[in-house]
Amino acid sequence: MNKFQKNRSGIKSWLNPWGYGIERIAYWLMRITGIGLLIYFIIHIYETSSILDGKAAWNKMLELTQTTEGHIILMIVIGMSTFHAINGIRIMLGHGGIGVGKPGRPDYPYLPKSQNMKNKLCIYAAIGLAALAMLYGAEIMFSE
Amino acid sequence: MAAVKSNEDNKSNFRNKTLPTVLFKIARFNPVTDLRMKFIDYKVEYENWSTVLDALLMIKHKIDPSLALRYSCRQASCGSCGMMINGKPRLACFTKINEVKSDVIRIEPMNNFPIIRDLAVDLTKMFRNHKKLKPYIIRSDSEIPDFSTSKEFLQDPDSIEQYIQFANCIKCGLCNSVCPTMATDSSFIGPQALTQAYRYVSDNRDKGKKTRLKIIDDKHGIWRCHFAGSCSKVCPKGVDPAMAIQFLRGYLLGFR
Ligand code: SF4
Ligand code: FES
Repeated sequence: MNKFQKNRSGIKSWLNPWGYGIERIAYWLMRITGIGLLIYFIIHIYETSSILDGKAAWNKMLELTQTTEGHIILMIVIGMSTFHAINGIRIMLGHGGIGVGKPGRPDYPYLPKSQNMKNKLCIYAAIGLAALAMLYGAEIMFSE
Repeated sequence: MAAVKSNEDNKSNFRNKTLPTVLFKIARFNPVTDLRMKFIDYKVEYENWSTVLDALLMIKHKIDPSLALRYSCRQASCGSCGMMINGKPRLACFTKINEVKSDVIRIEPMNNFPIIRDLAVDLTKMFRNHKKLKPYIIRSDSEIPDFSTSKEFLQDPDSIEQYIQFANCIKCGLCNSVCPTMATDSSFIGPQALTQAYRYVSDNRDKGKKTRLKIIDDKHGIWRCHFAGSCSKVCPKGVDPAMAIQFLRGYLLGFR
């Protein structure tokens, strides 16, 4: 079976968040931020392990974070972790069947109850708070 | 509605009015003879009430009989005519041309299902998964205990409300087609089957909850759902698979 016959949308279905509402965008952001935080976590372990090479090595590593690029990366990390944490709580509750609406006879045009206003507001709040946290972080880092 | 070719006949025979036209770009692929998919253009006239399926059948009957597609009821009941319409999985019989709001309509086979030919896809795996989750009431007694007597497992109206929504599924596969997990994990059980598992688990006449939860508690089972919710967005019957799946997972996580 060649790829045309298999007809799978593949990884591009993960990468394109458009066309299916804010919930699909949240799914996309959750993936991107999850991968981003994993990469940061690995770099962070490498960074902090420099202390094993003595105080000088540690200070040299710290200097890297005190550059404009370092501040921008940390800002992104702040945004990613804030979104991932808040949206993660929404997802965890949802996975337990909490906040996804009650079953009932659907009426046309069949707006899905699992995509209710509470869920949408949570997503907007997660994005908004992530932006605020980034600004707050920037304010502290860049005013040093 | 008529093909552009027969536009003039249509006008004289039917009414003195110029009908709007739309360009269909239809994916064509025959796995036996073709190495890749190609798109062929067909220009058709349409009425206010014409559906995408009407146009496709008109193309098949008047322009190109080799076009392969699947349909049956023409009224969003049989679940046969799922396809990608301008990039979104929809039922062709339930999508009016003028609601697509475009002069060009791109038609492709539903994603995540192997192509049999052109727009007809192979739904075997979806039905296999559906069957795997035992889509019937499981009990130790039977509705037909022997050939001389039979009884009915009666249900009260309030209890029906708990699952009637999920029982509306027409097995069209649109939810599986849009699911990002299905896109990369061909062994994932899929939103259609998971929803049907919940339909029976939430039926108070059923005693098969444990059996079904055991089946879905698998590495290609319910845990692969990440609650992107697109399945619910595209479902043409208001089934809301995302809701059913989260309720089902709630049992496994001990929330319910
Ligand atoms: S849940 Fe909805 S989209 Fe999925 S197969 Fe059933 S009717 Fe189609
Ligand atoms: S033809 Fe039956 S659902 Fe479209």
